[in-house]
Amino acid sequence: MREILPYIINGISVGGQYALIAIGYTLVYGILRLINFAHGDVFMVAGLVMVYATTALPMYIALPLVLAVTVLLGFLIERVAYKPLRNAPRMSVMISAIGVSYLIQNLAFYITGGVPQPVSTPIPWISNNVVVLGVSTKRVTLITPVLTILLVAVLVYLIKKTKIGMAMRAAAKDFEAAQLMGIKINSVISFTFVIGSFLAAVGAMLYFTNYPSVAITSGGMPGLKAFVAAVFGGIGSIPGAVVGAFIIGLCEELIKGIGYTTFSDAFTFALLIAVLCVKPTGLFGEKVTDKV
Amino acid sequence: MKKFWAMMLSLVMALSLLAGCGDSGSGSTGSSQDSGNASDGAKVVKIGVFEPQTGDNGAGGKQEILGMQYANTVQPTVEIGGETYEVKLEIVDNRTTAENGPSAAAELMNRDVSIVLGSYGSGVSIAGGKVFEEAGVPAIGVTCTNPQVTSDYDCYFRICFLDPFQGTVLANYAYNELGVTTAYTLAMLGSDYDQGLVHYFKEAFEALGGTVVSEDFPEGSANFVSYINNAKSAGAGVIFAPVSTNYAQLIIEAAAAQGFEGSLLGSDTWDNNMVLESTQGKAINLDITTFYQEGGNADFDSGIKEWINANADAKTNNGGNDMISAVTAMGYDAYFTALEAIKAAGSTDPAAVKAALPSVSYEGVSGLIEFDDIGDAKRDAAYIKTANTETGAWDFVKVQGVN
Amino acid sequence: MTMKKKQTIFMAAVLLLLLAASIAVDAALPSYHIAVKVIEKATVYALVAVSMNLLNGFTGLFSLGQAGFMLLGAYAYGILTIPVAKRESVYQYFDGGAIHFSLPEIFAGFLGEGVGSTVGMLAALLVGGLLAAVFAYLIGLPVLRLKSDYLAIATLGFAEILKAFFQWNALGPLTNGSNLLKSYPAFENATAYVLLAGVLITFIVLLINSTYGRAFKAIRDDEVAAEAMGINLAKHKRMSFVISSFFAGIGGGMLAMYAGTIAAAPFKSTMTYEILLIVVIGGIGSITGSILASFLYIFSSEWLLRGLDSGTFLGINAPGIFKNGFRMAVFSVIIMVIVLFFRKGIMGDKELPDLLNRRPKQRKKGGAVK
Repeated sequence: MREILPYIINGISVGGQYALIAIGYTLVYGILRLINFAHGDVFMVAGLVMVYATTALPMYIALPLVLAVTVLLGFLIERVAYKPLRNAPRMSVMISAIGVSYLIQNLAFYITGGVPQPVSTPIPWISNNVVVLGVSTKRVTLITPVLTILLVAVLVYLIKKTKIGMAMRAAAKDFEAAQLMGIKINSVISFTFVIGSFLAAVGAMLYFTNYPSVAITSGGMPGLKAFVAAVFGGIGSIPGAVVGAFIIGLCEELIKGIGYTTFSDAFTFALLIAVLCVKPTGLFGEKVTDKV
Repeated sequence: MKKFWAMMLSLVMALSLLAGCGDSGSGSTGSSQDSGNASDGAKVVKIGVFEPQTGDNGAGGKQEILGMQYANTVQPTVEIGGETYEVKLEIVDNRTTAENGPSAAAELMNRDVSIVLGSYGSGVSIAGGKVFEEAGVPAIGVTCTNPQVTSDYDCYFRICFLDPFQGTVLANYAYNELGVTTAYTLAMLGSDYDQGLVHYFKEAFEALGGTVVSEDFPEGSANFVSYINNAKSAGAGVIFAPVSTNYAQLIIEAAAAQGFEGSLLGSDTWDNNMVLESTQGKAINLDITTFYQEGGNADFDSGIKEWINANADAKTNNGGNDMISAVTAMGYDAYFTALEAIKAAGSTDPAAVKAALPSVSYEGVSGLIEFDDIGDAKRDAAYIKTANTETGAWDFVKVQGVN
Repeated sequence: MTMKKKQTIFMAAVLLLLLAASIAVDAALPSYHIAVKVIEKATVYALVAVSMNLLNGFTGLFSLGQAGFMLLGAYAYGILTIPVAKRESVYQYFDGGAIHFSLPEIFAGFLGEGVGSTVGMLAALLVGGLLAAVFAYLIGLPVLRLKSDYLAIATLGFAEILKAFFQWNALGPLTNGSNLLKSYPAFENATAYVLLAGVLITFIVLLINSTYGRAFKAIRDDEVAAEAMGINLAKHKRMSFVISSFFAGIGGGMLAMYAGTIAAAPFKSTMTYEILLIVVIGGIGSITGSILASFLYIFSSEWLLRGLDSGTFLGINAPGIFKNGFRMAVFSVIIMVIVLFFRKGIMGDKELPDLLNRRPKQRKKGGAVK
């Protein structure tokens, strides 16, 4: 037990980080049927903003600023790149998403000069080392899953109990019918992107406290894996995304633990293909006919 | 209307083709190989810089260029056959990967350079080497450590040491000086630099009687916690990870968080201010081998620091501070080695420079530079430095040879 | 009918002109000249972009596995053509590797030096294409049942898995692990690239104009209707996927030839995205568009717009703005503008000969009857 404990703690922490990104994918997919390829890059931008903001400003201004900038970015991406294509074929929207991802990465490159930006002033307290059950780790490792569960609980409440949440569910069930019923579909979609980006920003703060270096490609892998988690859990379902993320995080670290480090990423994609072929609705997904 | 646009675009395309051809025409006739008169009358000799500025090695490539640019401000002219020539650096981005190498190399040839410096990585150097070979232009590899860069091409020379040398030095140091019998190596999948060093390290370490556990991580990894745990459970006394700067920082962070008690061993890529910064205030031991030791040459150190601090762009490219990386010093030396060769050739003709290069001997800030038959630098010692986690500087440990 | 004849003649003339242009470039310029290198690379990209267009544009299957199939082709080419004498030094960590023959040398044995090695190189490219096709067939069995974005992400994942396998040290004797494959022969001049890519693209054009091509387009436009008309969906989708991968595999081999070294690392999703964006710029569903866009993209990014990165562009000297990465930033903005406002790209779904026709509406009618 002592042997595998560090892997489990780490796996759960990784899972929490994936979960926060995965929710962004699952919410957007639920409503727009669109894989928001740029979501991982939004996550990366949040990390970059954190690097710049925390070096220039005190913590209590910097962190809200990171949230605000990321949310604004998510909102703008939707308005500029996806809204004009609402009636276009799905392939065009997806190409637009890939284009946005390409654009964000290249702009980030232009600004940072391609040099990975170290997080020189990490968020205090959570970046300290602690010893749990004889295992040394960072405090953020322990906080991440707790905070993730907390945020998900709030989000589920928001979706189940509030009016905007109801509108979101309606839009996810039937886009056109929701429009006909007087739901302002554009503001619902914007709100979805705002929530997704907000959670990605929180995820970025935790992630880049744990792995304190932001490269322009930093968003790519976590983004793809979070997407796999969303599919695994059943895309469109929030609990599904969270459970999927934790499972993938754990599996990944355990695979590294038993020595197959070469395939730790490949495993995630193999799982994706297997899930898509065997049970495309994932663990908790609703049956939707147009998926497969 | 659509047709009109399509026609227009094809026209533009055709024109750009023509423009390209016209451009090349003037390039080959306008500036002949040996004169290259600039408009103001001063004669110009061009040195090509074939370095990655984008892609995975972009950060390292930029630091290497800094050394050359600084050298260019220190020594902007060269005497060729009794005449003073202005030295102009022609910097072209090879984007780290091999499939962008040939066109970048060809672009340099298009600009009529007399000699080429670079590149940072070995793969792209080999890709460009073919073009240099066909054009008969000599190239000086600055920090491409794969043996085959020089062995495959006549035109390629190199001023840094090679993978076999560095891997062996580190293995000896770990076994003999640190007294470690089990080592854990970590390399990135798909990086020939990492894998090459690990190969030679393993070979030497096992020959000494130690055991080595090797693992790879996929590109884009950020979470090294499990790898450190694997090293701990293997009972490794050192973690040898000849990875690029970005991963080095993350490995240091993970090792500190997991309370790894042994030493981290790094290669020349770790000799970088950002790596050093991330060790500050952490309970870890880090030893590295490198080409150059800061403080080894006071004039160079103070000069380049002043230049970097006065130049905002240079400072950004150096990662925001004025600590000098080994690759910057190597870039500086490469520039002066090239000047020596041009001087010895007495001409800007690439063929003459190539003929003069093997016999060049230059005392650089990283030591004496001379080439052997294959075109590799004769280097038999590397500097070993350790990171001082309190002062945030490198402390010199020793000069280590193969034996 | 006469219109069609005219178009064929026009097309043949254009192709001959292109060939003549590349021969002229080869004759006038040394092999290391940037124009030669850029033509070579653009030709390879044109082939790969056309193969992607066949799948994404003509059959409507949104696949992002192109880089994976190129990887297969590149490795097959490298492994089969490295001269036996060089294997010791290339496979330096794997005792010379597991394979001890070289196709160009074998063919040179009974066909003579020049012809034999060329045949050997072509054979190796062909093997690369076939390998990619076989893999495409196997992957297609489960994956092609998926639709649009699911297919995209599954093929993307497949390419990533493939990359991990090729870098795996256990396969080192074959793939050289993470180390480079090099020292293999390559075409000496741009004409060879243009000729080969031209022949292959002509194949694709013929295919698209055949019954199969019409079936592909029918599937793209409406799957249900296509099935109702008696088109076997699974068979035709698989066929399109396999054929597209075959040409991507050959393209990968040619890219390896151009680059001079092979490593698995560059064949990542970024490469697929780049090719996809070329297809989009050219127009989804237009072969001519893909070719034009490849040349436009490679020429400007590798050659003509380099100034955007290095301080001076069009005589404007502004090192503060024209610094590293500006070139790519400008490109991505242009691409977004095309994606959002000129969704048809340069050519839409038109081909070059269509431009001969003055009245597009009538042409459309004729096309339907034809």
